[in-house]
Amino acid sequence: MPELTYREALNRAMDEEMARDEKVFLIGEEVGEYDGAYKVSRGLLAKYGPKRVRDTPISELGFTGLGVGAAIAGLRPVVEWMTHNFALLAVDQVVNNAAKLRQMSGGQISVPIVFRGPNGPAEFLAAQHSQSLGGFWMHVPGLKVVAPATPSDAYGLLKSAIRDDNPVVMLEAELMYPWKGEVSEQEFLVPIGKARIAREGEDVTLITYSKPIRMVEEAAERLAEKGVRAEVIDLRSLRPLDEETVVHSVRKTGRCVVIDEAWPMASPGVTVAQLVNSRCFDVLDAPVELVSGEDVPMPYNHTLELAAQPSVEKVIAAVGRVLYREDL
Amino acid sequence: MKTELAQYRKEELLRILTIMQTIRAFEEKAGMMYGLRKIGGFCHLYTGQEAVAAGAIFSLDLSKDYVVTAYRDHGHAIACGMDPKKAMAELFGKVTGCSHGKGGSMHLFDLEHHFMGGNGIVGAQIPVAAGVAFAQQYQGTGGVTLCFFGDGAFHQGSVHETFNLAKIWNLPIVFIIENNQWGMGTNWKKVSAVDDFSATAGAYGMKGYSCDGLDVLEVRATIEKAVSEARLGRPSVVEARTYRYKGHSMSDPQKYRTREEIDEYRKRDAIQSFVTKLTGEKILSEEEWKDMIQRISAQIEEAVAFAEESPEPALSELYTDIYA
Repeated sequence: MPELTYREALNRAMDEEMARDEKVFLIGEEVGEYDGAYKVSRGLLAKYGPKRVRDTPISELGFTGLGVGAAIAGLRPVVEWMTHNFALLAVDQVVNNAAKLRQMSGGQISVPIVFRGPNGPAEFLAAQHSQSLGGFWMHVPGLKVVAPATPSDAYGLLKSAIRDDNPVVMLEAELMYPWKGEVSEQEFLVPIGKARIAREGEDVTLITYSKPIRMVEEAAERLAEKGVRAEVIDLRSLRPLDEETVVHSVRKTGRCVVIDEAWPMASPGVTVAQLVNSRCFDVLDAPVELVSGEDVPMPYNHTLELAAQPSVEKVIAAVGRVLYREDL
Repeated sequence: MKTELAQYRKEELLRILTIMQTIRAFEEKAGMMYGLRKIGGFCHLYTGQEAVAAGAIFSLDLSKDYVVTAYRDHGHAIACGMDPKKAMAELFGKVTGCSHGKGGSMHLFDLEHHFMGGNGIVGAQIPVAAGVAFAQQYQGTGGVTLCFFGDGAFHQGSVHETFNLAKIWNLPIVFIIENNQWGMGTNWKKVSAVDDFSATAGAYGMKGYSCDGLDVLEVRATIEKAVSEARLGRPSVVEARTYRYKGHSMSDPQKYRTREEIDEYRKRDAIQSFVTKLTGEKILSEEEWKDMIQRISAQIEEAVAFAEESPEPALSELYTDIYA
């Protein structure tokens, strides 16, 4: 199977969907002439022209809301946010309009739109550019939220998101764009709302989504060297959440660590932990552990910045706590 | 005067009057029903402003054109052709309402008549309206979008962002500022750096028009011109100076303005002035006018009865209409 980068996988998904459906168009800052702030849309302007690859002014509220309007009038916009940090200027359009118009109209209107862009900390970007904001979107009924962690899932989930008749928010990450992985040459979709078992194990369930997946897989590898067989679940979608895959795994292992680079208060991580507590309480051998980002704005200094994020060491320590083992 | 009215066919003039009076009667009844607690929450009445929605929307071809407005939306919905029964039932929160009782007064929608709401966040519908116009342009439908908002919304950042987007892409849109002079309890002059909203259009390379929002034919003529420009890819901004008779919403004690101010505007009432014009030109007789009032009043009574008799939504409706 050929390898693609995460960036190329997203690009291929958009390219194929634009070729398949005239109603699909891409809109956002620098998506056209610049080929994308992170080069995700490379070549699309040349192929589809400025009608369908639309460079916007720096105007997040404006072009996000315009996307919502285009969606309710029959188009299928892909709105690229340069990062989710900037999407905060457009939260009203997503929360009050995209997520609500169908319900407020008694089902008359649908809002087939994708909002996508990098989310979460990268490196050296300081407080305003290093936030993991998936929980903001996950909180809102009427939205779907996906967070692919591999090129294959990035491809398959973006295609599903574009074909979905509901607003879908997609969480990507600057540091993931160059990640490589196998992506089938055959066209395929990844269903929204289905988690992936990234690694099978019997002793403890590690649950995460998006960029921390590689760090968690490394932690699982290190744990294996010490005889601990960890199961790793990549949620892939935050809303709807694949409760069955999570519950099934924890009912097998009886122990659970949730890893989430977002802040710990009201986060995707605590939602998953609460789900495990309520549905697996009878089989849990230890309280669910949450390894989250530290509860601070991200500092610029690299040592502090790394200390503020989940790490292999933090994950292994948490696994030690749920296994009551001090030797890990 | 004769020349002004002579441009229109009699049926057209009577149709415009019918729409205005239907809105007036609907709103007066809605106010009463609110008093009887048949309607709850926020209910923003359009009484006094009828000429703007009626005159503007009459210029459209709703087989291809669209209307987007804010939460003072009953008048626009009716002007687009929404059945008053469906509108009243929605205010009552009944399952037969246009939004199955899930939207209420602020969220009337009628996709069939191209009325896209019914939007509750001040100014947030403005970029959405531009998106509808974008889709019209993208698909080459030849349609135009009318985007209504008030003097209060004018100060939102969404106005600047959307004016700019509309002009750089030459979207087929007309922005109509219904300046009813009071943003809730704040007079527009206190919070506006400009004394003519339409003048701001020039800063974006768009045409700006002002019209007397109490003169339905002036509104009609102005919007007709703006709409025909928009069809050619020239967006514009229209300020219609008008006045609302009732409070911002039903719970507003209106301590910020005087009885005399309201009375002054009532003397210039849009419907009454139009009727005086029509009767003066013998287009409408006193008798016909009385008949029309009665007919419309009966229609609104019917709408109330329909709303009263309609069932509440079943509890199972709680989880419907959210995802497609």
